[in-house]
Amino acid sequence: MSQEAIKEKSMILQKEMIEGLFNDLDHTKELGKKVCYTFVPGNLSELIRTFDMLPVYPEINALQSAMRKKSGGYIKEAEKNAHSEDVCTYVKCDVGMMMKGNIGPTGTKIPEPDVLLLSYTGCFTFMKWFETLKREYPNAKVIMVHTPYQENAKMTPSMVEYMVKQFKEEVIPQMEEVTGIKYDEAKLKRMLALSKEAEDWITKIFDTTKHRPSPIDAYFAGVYYIGPINIGFRGTEQAVEYYKELYSEIQERIRLGLGPITPEGEMKEEKYRLVVEGPPNWTSFREFWKIFYDMGAVIVASSYTKVGGVYDMGWRHDPERPLESLAEYCMNCYTNLNIPQRIDLLSKCITEYEADGYITNSIKSCNSFSAGQLGMMREIEDRLEVPVGFIESDLVDPRYFSYSNIKNRLESYFQMLEQRKMMEKETM
Amino acid sequence: MKKYYLGIDLGSTTSKAVIINEKDEIVGRGITNTRANYKVAADIARDEAVYDARFNLLQRKIGEDVTKPEFKKYMQDLRSVFQYGQFRRRMESLERMLNKTVSEFNYENKDAILVKLKEIIETIRPQIQHGFINEDLGSKNQFFRDIVSEKYNVEVEAKGKEFYEPLMLAFDKSITPIENEMVQYNFKELVLEAMKILDEKYKGLADEQEDGSYEDWYYAQLNAVKDNYKNVEFTLRDHIEDIANEEIHVAKMVGTGYGRALLPFPEDCIKSEILCHAYGAHAIFPNTRTVLDIGGQDTKAIQVDSHGLVTSFHMNDRCAAGCGRYLGYIADEFGLSLNELGPEANKATKETTICSTCTVFAGAEVKELLHNGEERPNILAGLHKAIVQRAMSLIARSGGVREEFTFTGGVARNEAVLKYVKQMVTDSYGDITMNIHTDSIFMGALGGAMFARRNISADLPTAKEKAKQEN
Repeated sequence: MSQEAIKEKSMILQKEMIEGLFNDLDHTKELGKKVCYTFVPGNLSELIRTFDMLPVYPEINALQSAMRKKSGGYIKEAEKNAHSEDVCTYVKCDVGMMMKGNIGPTGTKIPEPDVLLLSYTGCFTFMKWFETLKREYPNAKVIMVHTPYQENAKMTPSMVEYMVKQFKEEVIPQMEEVTGIKYDEAKLKRMLALSKEAEDWITKIFDTTKHRPSPIDAYFAGVYYIGPINIGFRGTEQAVEYYKELYSEIQERIRLGLGPITPEGEMKEEKYRLVVEGPPNWTSFREFWKIFYDMGAVIVASSYTKVGGVYDMGWRHDPERPLESLAEYCMNCYTNLNIPQRIDLLSKCITEYEADGYITNSIKSCNSFSAGQLGMMREIEDRLEVPVGFIESDLVDPRYFSYSNIKNRLESYFQMLEQRKMMEKETM
Repeated sequence: MKKYYLGIDLGSTTSKAVIINEKDEIVGRGITNTRANYKVAADIARDEAVYDARFNLLQRKIGEDVTKPEFKKYMQDLRSVFQYGQFRRRMESLERMLNKTVSEFNYENKDAILVKLKEIIETIRPQIQHGFINEDLGSKNQFFRDIVSEKYNVEVEAKGKEFYEPLMLAFDKSITPIENEMVQYNFKELVLEAMKILDEKYKGLADEQEDGSYEDWYYAQLNAVKDNYKNVEFTLRDHIEDIANEEIHVAKMVGTGYGRALLPFPEDCIKSEILCHAYGAHAIFPNTRTVLDIGGQDTKAIQVDSHGLVTSFHMNDRCAAGCGRYLGYIADEFGLSLNELGPEANKATKETTICSTCTVFAGAEVKELLHNGEERPNILAGLHKAIVQRAMSLIARSGGVREEFTFTGGVARNEAVLKYVKQMVTDSYGDITMNIHTDSIFMGALGGAMFARRNISADLPTAKEKAKQEN
C-alpha cells in the first residue's frame, strides 16, 4: 500500500537548494553569471563558485531524466544521430536531451555552457563527452585537467604538484578570462572550510548505519543525501545547514529505534544488512529499491555514495592548502582508487557496519565502475567469507533493466542469506 | 500415518515433482511438459509422482521377487501400459476436440477435411497403442503433446497440400485446451485395465523370435514373462488393493523453478531454484562444491558449502542462448527431436566453429554451413560446444570449480553436452570428480522436497487457511 512520502525538514531544505540553483540557471543573463558544465567525480565546485559561475552536471541531468522516465526517448534520439548502442547511456541521455531542446529536470531550458570543465580523467568517456558537447557549443571554452590515477594506492607530492600546476596555468587563468573575475584565494579558502565541515557531517551521517536497526539506507536514500555536495553546494553554508539538520533527524530516528524511511513508509523489520558496489539503476529506481525493502534488506554502505568524494578514511578539504587539497580531492574520488584500495574500502564498510552480504550491481555502460568488479567480489568473498551477489542493469537505459531477472536473482540471494542465518543459529 | 514431502520444480520447459519420505529418500518422481496453465502442469507432475510412488511401493511389497526377470519385465510393461491408460483418456478428449474444431471451420472442403482427420486418428491411434504396449513408449520421457504431434504430423504430410494447413491449424487449436485440462484418473482402475491388456499381450506372444529384430536379452525377458506372467499377476493382485488405498500424505511441499511465483502456494512454500538445485545435487553427491545447472532458459553456476548451502551463484543475464531452449530451436532447424541431438553430434569427426552464440543468428549460420556442405554432426558438435563454452564462462564468473562438480538440469541428459562439459572442466580445472545422475533433471524438485521437510514452517495451504480461520 503506497503511503504519502514522509517529508522531513532536510528534504525541504534540499528541495529549496535545488530549486534555487535551477532558478538561477533560468536567469543567468539577468544575474550576469557564467555557466560551467562539469562532472561529479573530482568536481571543483568551490573553484567554480569562486568565479561566481553556476555549475551544471550533465550526469545528474541524465539520472533525473531517467527518474522522470524520459531517458529512453533521449537515448533513442542520440542513437538516431549515430551514437552506438554501446556508448555510455549518461552521454546518450544528455545528448538526446540537448537535441530535444535541453529541457532540464525542472521543465525549463538549461543554459548553454560558457565553460566545459573536466577535472577527472579516470573516466575516458567524460573526455569524449565534452568533445561532443564542444561541437554543439562552439563558443564554450574547454578546460581539461589530467588527473593521475592512484596506481600505487597513494597520492604522491609530485602528483599533487602536477595537478596544482595545471590549476595555476590552465584552469585559473581561463576561468578568469571567461568570467572577468580575478582569482580570490581567500574566498576559496572560506569555502573549503565549509566543505570540510559538510564532509565531517556527511561522514557522521553515513556512520549512523552502525546502529541496529540502521536509521538510514545508505544507498537508496544515500543517493539523495549526497545530492547537495554533488551538485555544487559543497563549500556553502546551505550545505552545512542541510547536513546538520539531516544528522539531527537521523539522531532522532536512532533515539526512537526507527529503521530507514522508504517510499512506502518506515521499513518495519531489518532482516539483512548489505553493502552495495556500483551505481543504482535510475529508470526503475523505485522498483529496484522496493525489492530490497520488501525483503527487509537495508544497505548499510555503498560505494556509489562515494563517487563525489571518499571521506571514510579521514581525508578532508583543507583551507590551508587550497589548491593542493583540490588536487587531492580530484585524485581521491572513488573510481580513481585502484582496485585493492576499493576492496579495502568496501571490506572496511562490511566489517564496521556488520553487513550480512555484499552485492554488486554491474552497469552495462559504465566501464570505470564495472571493470574489475568481479575480481573485487571474489577477493571480498574470500577475505571476509561474506555471501556475495551479482546483478546487472544499466544507469539510464530502460532497455537494460529486466525486473523479473533482477528480482529472481535477488530473491535467490536473500533466501541464501536466510539459509545462512538459520545455519548460524543452529550451530550457535 | 507416514509423512511425505513434495517438491515441485516448475521449469520453463518441463515441470518436475519429487516425493520424499522422512529419511529424504525419493519415493516418487513425476515429470510433464510445462504449459500455459501452470497449475495443471504442477498438478500433473505431482500426480505422476504419486503414481510413481505407488508403483515403487508395489515393487517394495513384492520383495525379493522384484529382481526376477519376469517380475522386472512385467513391472516395466505394467508402467508403460498404465501410462497408455492415461494417454488414451486424454487422446479421446483430443479426438473430440479436433472434430469440434474442424466442424467450426469455414473451409469449403470442410467435409473432406473431416474425413481426412478421421483417417489420421484411426491410423495413429493403434500406432501409439502399439508403442505403449509393445515398445515401451512409456519410458521414453515423451509427453502427450510430443507423442501425438509426431505421429499426427507424419500423417498430415501424407494427406496432400490442400489439407495441410487446415489439419495443422486444427491440431494447434485443439492441443492447448486439452493439455490444460486436468483429468482425474483412478489408480486401481488403470492398473487393473493395464493388467488385462498385458494378459492379452503375453497370451499372444510367439514362442520364437520371428525376424531377429530384437536382441537376445529382450527375448530372454519376454520368455521369462511368457512362462510366468500368471504367477506375477497373481502376486501383484494381492497388493494392488492396499497400494491403491494407501494414502500418500503430503505433509509439506515447496515450489521452485522459474514459474514458482505462479504456483498457488503460500509465499513461504516458494524457494529459489538456485537453492533447490544446489541442495538436491548435494544430497545425492555430498562432496559437491560446484553445481552447474542448465535448464530451459537459465544456466546457473552455483557454489555450495559442505552443508549444501549456496555460497554464491551466477546466472546468464539478458540472453538465453546456450540453454535448453537453444537446443530445442536447433533441433527444429535440423528437423530432429531433442533426444536425437546429442547422439547425432557425437558422430562428429570435428567441431565446426559456430561464431554466434545468439540463438537466432546461430540458425542462420547453420543454414549457411549446411549450404556449404558441412556435415550435420560436425555442425551439431560445434553448437553443443558453444553451449558448454557459455556455461564455462558462467562457472568461471561464479568462482570456478572447487572439488566435486555436479551437473544437473534437463540439458544434462544430452550426451554431447555431457562430453564437452567433462572435457572442458578437466581442461580448465584438472582432474575433478564429476557427477551426473540419471535423475539430474529432478534435482531442483528434490531440493524443494528436502526444504519442505526441513525449515519450512508453513503447512499446506489448506491447513494454513484453516489455522487462519480459527484465529
